[in-house]
Amino acid sequence: MLKIDNVTMKFGGVVAVNGFNCYIENGQVVGLIGPNGAGKTTIFNVVTGVYKPTEGEIIFDPEGKEEKISKLRPDQIAKLGICRTFQNIRLFKELSVVENVFIGSHLRLKSNVFSSIIRLPKYNNEERQMMEKAFYLLEKVGLYEEKNEKAFSLPYGKQRRLEIARALATEPKLLLLDEPAAGMNPQETQELMEFIAEIKEEFDLTIFLIEHHMEVVMGICEKILVLDHGTLISQGSPQEIQNDERVIEAYLGVE
Amino acid sequence: MRNKKIILSLIGIIATGILLFILGNVLDTYKIRILNLCGIYIILGLSMNLINGFTGLFSLGHAGFMAIGAYTVAILTMSVPMKELNFFMKPMVPFLANLEWSFFPALIMAGLISALVGFLIGAPVLKLTDDYLAIATLGFSEIIRVVFINIQSITNGALGLKGIPSNTNLWWSWGTAVFTIIFIGLLMEGSYGKAFKAIREDEIAARSMGIDLFKHKVMSFTIGSFFAGVGGGLLAALLGTIDPTMFKFALTFNILLIVVLGGMGNIKGTVISAIVITIAMEALRFLDESINLGFMTIQGIPGMRMVIFSIILMLVVIFKKDGLLKSNLKDVRRNYAKNR
Repeated sequence: MLKIDNVTMKFGGVVAVNGFNCYIENGQVVGLIGPNGAGKTTIFNVVTGVYKPTEGEIIFDPEGKEEKISKLRPDQIAKLGICRTFQNIRLFKELSVVENVFIGSHLRLKSNVFSSIIRLPKYNNEERQMMEKAFYLLEKVGLYEEKNEKAFSLPYGKQRRLEIARALATEPKLLLLDEPAAGMNPQETQELMEFIAEIKEEFDLTIFLIEHHMEVVMGICEKILVLDHGTLISQGSPQEIQNDERVIEAYLGVE
Repeated sequence: MRNKKIILSLIGIIATGILLFILGNVLDTYKIRILNLCGIYIILGLSMNLINGFTGLFSLGHAGFMAIGAYTVAILTMSVPMKELNFFMKPMVPFLANLEWSFFPALIMAGLISALVGFLIGAPVLKLTDDYLAIATLGFSEIIRVVFINIQSITNGALGLKGIPSNTNLWWSWGTAVFTIIFIGLLMEGSYGKAFKAIREDEIAARSMGIDLFKHKVMSFTIGSFFAGVGGGLLAALLGTIDPTMFKFALTFNILLIVVLGGMGNIKGTVISAIVITIAMEALRFLDESINLGFMTIQGIPGMRMVIFSIILMLVVIFKKDGLLKSNLKDVRRNYAKNR
């Protein structure tokens, strides 16, 4: 699904990510963990095209067709089928909840701007489908009741779910979740884990997530990558990671 | 729901038509002229609101696009002998000197040329953001003005053009205004309009959701330029006389005033504030003259009106940045209460 090949990201003299390699297989749930400032979000930004990597290549092959994406713009990458959520929620705040999700499916719109103004039947048809999809996704994440409220008026946990619904509207094959459980209580975290498993099945997704809540990472990830100071220090199944000396060192430090 | 909206819009249009017919017969020429200006400023306000308010691009190049539209209409519709009369310093390019189009195609042409220029300058300029974009577009509109002063054989330079056929009447100005309202209303309701708003709200999120920022910005800018050109063309055909000094920054400022007071990204607000401000600009003319308070006389200060408007603008920006006509937070609370 996604191959990150020897990616290095430098900002001036600071090396945020150093020679990062990984491969994510179709249908996997992969977790990326590491102490604060380890470069986790930078990797997400490189994959989604927000940053262009200083070195290395990223290859996306959802259906066997390999596509080099490190030089593409974020919108082109989204069209290929990689979508994300943000660590510090980035909703379209002044717009309504349903509009937020609706906009997520704009990239799949085929009609041009003039047929949208004169409301050609083809456009109307597409718009109706987009609207139905938005309502369906809102029901899915349990926000249907709030559909006409402004996004910023939602409580924090619901904003996180709205962001996921918006990302799903783009019809991704690979979904990147940046700390989806941040600021959630254990109950909400549990619900989130079930929710992630559910959407993975329904939309046939591969999921790549950054998370600090260990119960989430250990609970749903099949494979875990551990990053420290921009370098991949360990990878493997949850059990392997839990027993890895280097990981314990990175998190707890050594005498 | 949609049918109801269409019926309401139709009733609105018919009511506007009847009102214009009555006003057109009752009012004197001076007042009709102001009413025409209202219609034109609605078009200009909406076109600027599309770019600045809906898409969030801080552009200050409106006067430039209006100049292009105004000159296009003037050159295309003026009669051949009138052109000869105007161009006494330097003869006009023969190709243009012999043209004489009717008003409607000239107006469309004004919009198209303005849109083309908008498209061409949009390509490099829209890579910039915020204040840089404002400076670049402001620079553009000044360049247009200086170019128009210097291409004497096409624009008659600093002398300007006189005797432009006064084709603009209430039907033209208000007809175009209604068309603009409907056009921009439908655009903003559709998927592309929502994408424009998404760009305004959060560029990083918008492009991560697959919205091609550059394409959508250029689209919005080009459509905005089209209507700015049409508005400029109507203005030229209303005034009958144009010269490059008309299209200074002050003109852009007037439109910006309408957009900010009406509310960024608010169609209804823009329409109302365009009408109110256009009328107020005329009604407050007494401020520029000396005022007799009975016991003393205040010397008239030319430009006093604009000081008042600038103060209002500052107050709105400080205390009510969604515009005077929109109570944003209240709406949110009401919706929230309704959903409980």
